[in-house]
This record gives sequence, C-alpha cells and structure tokens, in this order.
Amino acid sequence: MRISEQEVRYVAGLANLRLTEEEVRKFQADLDDILGHIEKLNEVDTSGVEAMAQVLYAAGETATLRHDREVPPLGGEAALANAPERGAGYFKVPKVIER
Amino acid sequence: MEIPSLTIPRIREGLLAREFSARELAQEALRFAEAENPKTGGYLHFCPERALAAAARVDQQIARGEQPGPLAGVPVAVKDVILTKGVRTTCGSRLLAHYVPPYDSTAVERLEAAGGVILGKTNCDEFAMGSSNENSAFGPVRNPLDPERVPGGSSGGSAAAVAQGTAVVALGSDTGGSIRQPASFCGIVGVTPTYGRVSRYGLTAFASSLDHIGPFGRNVRDAAILLAVIAGRDPLDATSAAAPVPDYTAALNGHVKGLKLGLPREYLKDLTSESGDLIRKGVQAFQKLGCEVREISLPATDYAIGCYYIICTAEASSNLARYDGVRYTTRSHGDTLIDMYRNTRGEGFGAECKRRIMLGTYVLSAGYYHAYYLKAQKVRALVARDFSRAFADVDAVIAPVSPFPAFKLGEKVNDPLQMYLSDIYTITGSLAGVPCMSVPCGKTSAGLPVGLQILCNHFQEARIFRLAAAFEKEFA
Repeated sequence: MRISEQEVRYVAGLANLRLTEEEVRKFQADLDDILGHIEKLNEVDTSGVEAMAQVLYAAGETATLRHDREVPPLGGEAALANAPERGAGYFKVPKVIER
Repeated sequence: MEIPSLTIPRIREGLLAREFSARELAQEALRFAEAENPKTGGYLHFCPERALAAAARVDQQIARGEQPGPLAGVPVAVKDVILTKGVRTTCGSRLLAHYVPPYDSTAVERLEAAGGVILGKTNCDEFAMGSSNENSAFGPVRNPLDPERVPGGSSGGSAAAVAQGTAVVALGSDTGGSIRQPASFCGIVGVTPTYGRVSRYGLTAFASSLDHIGPFGRNVRDAAILLAVIAGRDPLDATSAAAPVPDYTAALNGHVKGLKLGLPREYLKDLTSESGDLIRKGVQAFQKLGCEVREISLPATDYAIGCYYIICTAEASSNLARYDGVRYTTRSHGDTLIDMYRNTRGEGFGAECKRRIMLGTYVLSAGYYHAYYLKAQKVRALVARDFSRAFADVDAVIAPVSPFPAFKLGEKVNDPLQMYLSDIYTITGSLAGVPCMSVPCGKTSAGLPVGLQILCNHFQEARIFRLAAAFEKEFA
C-alpha cells in the first residue's frame, strides 16, 4: 500500500477539502492505483537532466513585460459582483479574530 | 440556408452578396441550435442578446461599405471554461453555477472583434478535467453520431456542437488532449496550438504550464481561420508568444510532396485495433501525396502519463485553491473560516476534481516534492527532448489521437487510472508544448470516427494546416 486512509485524511486537510468516510476509502484506493503507475518514473535515469520549469525558452528576458501604461482597473463593484457575501466594499468571511 | 453545413467562406460570400444578413443568420442559427441541442446537450446555455448584438455590428459594417472581419457573422460556440463578460461561465462546476464574469477572455474579445457571433457556452468536464465529458456537474454530453456514446472530453460540448452543426466553429481548451480527443471522437478538426500561441487571459486555469485554447471546425480551413484570429501576443498573458502569426489559409495549398513524416514506433506497436488500421491507411494516404514516411522513436513515451498526471494535478491543486467560498458565488456554511473553506470545497467539487486536487496536494506535500514534482519536470524535459530530436529529422510526426473511438457513456467512468491511460497519444505533445491537430481519418466498421494526429515543431501550425488540408482533400 502506497497511501493509507490516514494519509488521505491528512492530505484532504492540506487541500481544505471536507471528505466523507466513503470518499476517504474511495480516494485511498484510487490514489494508490495512480501512485502505483507513477512509480514507473523511478525507472528513468534523470541524472544530469535539467527540470523543465518553462515550456518555451525562445523569448528574450524582457519579452514578457508589457508597456508601463495606465489602464482603467476592473473596479471594486465588478470585482465584488460575484461575492457570496459582501459588505462595506469588501468580501465578508466568518469571523477570524475575536476582540 | 442549410445551417449544419455552413462554412466560414460560404457565410462570407452570402453576407457580401446580401443573400442574408448577419442578423438573419444569427436568428436562424440560434433557432436551429436551441431546437437541436437536446439531442447532445452540447450547449449549457445560449446568449441570444449578445449574439444578435454582434450580428448587428457586422450588418452595420457591411451597410457602411466596410470590409467585415474574417469571422463576420460566423456562429461560434465557446467552451464554458472561457470567460464571457456578463454571460454565465460555469466551468462545468456546481461551484460556479451562477458565476458571471466581469471581463472577457482575450480569445473571445478577438473573435468578436473579427465579427464572430457567439451563440452560447458549451458543456465540458468540470474545470476541464476528464476525457469523456461525464465529469460535468450539469450532466454528460452525447456524441452526435451515437447518443449512447461520449463525445470525448473535456471540450465535449464544443466538439458535439460543431459536429452536430449547431455551431460553425468553436473554442475549446486543451491541457492533455481535451481538444484533439473530442475532435477525433466527433469526426471534426481540432487544433491545439503551440504553447503560448493563443493568449490564456480569461481561460480558467487548470494546469498553467499545459493549458491551451484552440479551435474546432468541420474542416481544416475553418479551423485555420479561427486560429489566425485568436493567435498572437497579448500583454495580458505573460506566457503568450510574440512570434508573428502567419496567414494560415495561405498554407492550405496542397503542396506536401517531399515532406518527411515520422511515425513513432512506440505509438503504433500496441495499436492493433481498428483505430490503428485507420491510422495506417492515413499514413499511406500521405505517402500517396508524396510524403516520405520513416519510423522514429520517442523513447520517453512510456513515462509520459505518470509525468503528466503529477504535473497537471500539482498545478491544478494550486490553481483550484481559489475556489474557497470567498469570491466566486458559492459558499457552504461553516462556523469558522477554515470550516467554511472545507465545506464549500467538499460540497462544491465533483469527484474527479477532488481526486486531482488530492493527488496534486499529495505530490507537492512536504517530503514528496523531489520524488514526484521535480522528477516529473525532469521526465518532461526528456519527453520534450524526444520531440526536438525527432523534428531535427522529420518535418512532422503522425500519430493516433486515442487508442479507441468514442466509448459508451458509463463504460470507463469507474476506473480513473484506465481513463488516464487512454490519454497517452495526446499527452506527449502537450508536455512538449508543440502544436498538434486531430484531423478526421475515416470511420470504423461501426461508423465511429477516428482522428489522425499531426504534430509539428513549435510555431509550425502553418505546416500542420498544409498537411491536414492535403490529407482532408485526399481522404474526402
């Protein structure tokens, strides 16, 4: 076994996902299967290979910078339009700090 | 007006000859699409007001005697992971069922500026994660050629709409095959351009080092016209490439004689199915056209699936962290902030998204980064090296798209690993960032379409279109 149900619960916590017990069992089996396949990568000798962190290298260093020109921003009203809860021009969330 | 057989050149001819107005075409196309859509469920929702406004702009241009844009009056479907200002964009997710974007994606803005008429938004696997369109929170899409079968995924709705004739062309997105595989399953053309060729501004991020926007069409020319409109540098996407966009339609001249094509031995050795036979026939057609075919090797192929599912899930786990109940419409109750996050995400995401978030979080978690993510990035470099070596010897690579044609709804949904493994032929090109296309290559004895994949080196889309146009003519 490559991953335990306890590890699945731990990872769900890191990912901020509430899982049911049934989901924990199902994902344990699924992830175990997939990680089993992924283990194949250990067969590959990658010594001396540089990690591919970028897809295209051709562009010059400044090619990705845009002109430093003012453009109108989205605006608070548009940004907040999809908020489940809002108030006083902000996104509202459950209370974080007690005072 | 025969809506399902319209092409972009035919629409242009009709508009300029005043046979019909853009408004009449848009109304007729909407009527047809709304009537036919229940057969496949390709569209999730329509946007008639927006369509008619776009059509009116085209009619005004023509009335003023101006030359209308290259997509003038063309009915377009847009995958519902691509943002449309004021028009609901759900990403196939319950979490975004009511999300109305405050801005347009660059691809949408460009296609409308070119006269395109967006009819509506198409169904897809949730956040573009899937190979069958069965992972949509709003139900599956049916293949227009056989309603018992899937249209492929994740851009299943866009492919179904174009194949069914409820759109002339469509936008899809491709991370590991999500344009090419549904194009193949539905018997149409689908293009995944070079990474960076089309701006992703306004494309809902799934795996940022792999995400692409690309066109679907019923023929090579229509797809080429749409790609030319949406391609090019965009200051709003730092990964978009500055390379000039050539006139892709100029490449559709049929001259392919003498081009060297590579056939990867790793792809065809196990492909004994009918799909394999059709691909071999397709290769013969290229030989008849005067192409020189030689066997090549892409030795890292065996490791591509493992590599892809580490990288894409790692990136997805990070990109999907933003759906936390604070900004994007849907929130579940929780007494604390963390409980609110967890309940929102636990109740909001479907099974496949959760599975990928879990895998991605696991491979990035403390102690595993080197063993998984870093290893996968190195293997990715080997996959990319395979292609750069191949393209030193050949002008294009010919490959299958999928090991099998469209399968039945429900047939593979319970075995995620098997579903992942079926992405093998499309994932390699995605990892290398090279442009690839699926072009129809005949049908199986059961009448199911099979797509042939053409891959070229970075920014050589024109050559893909040239080969595909010659192939299309030879095969039709």
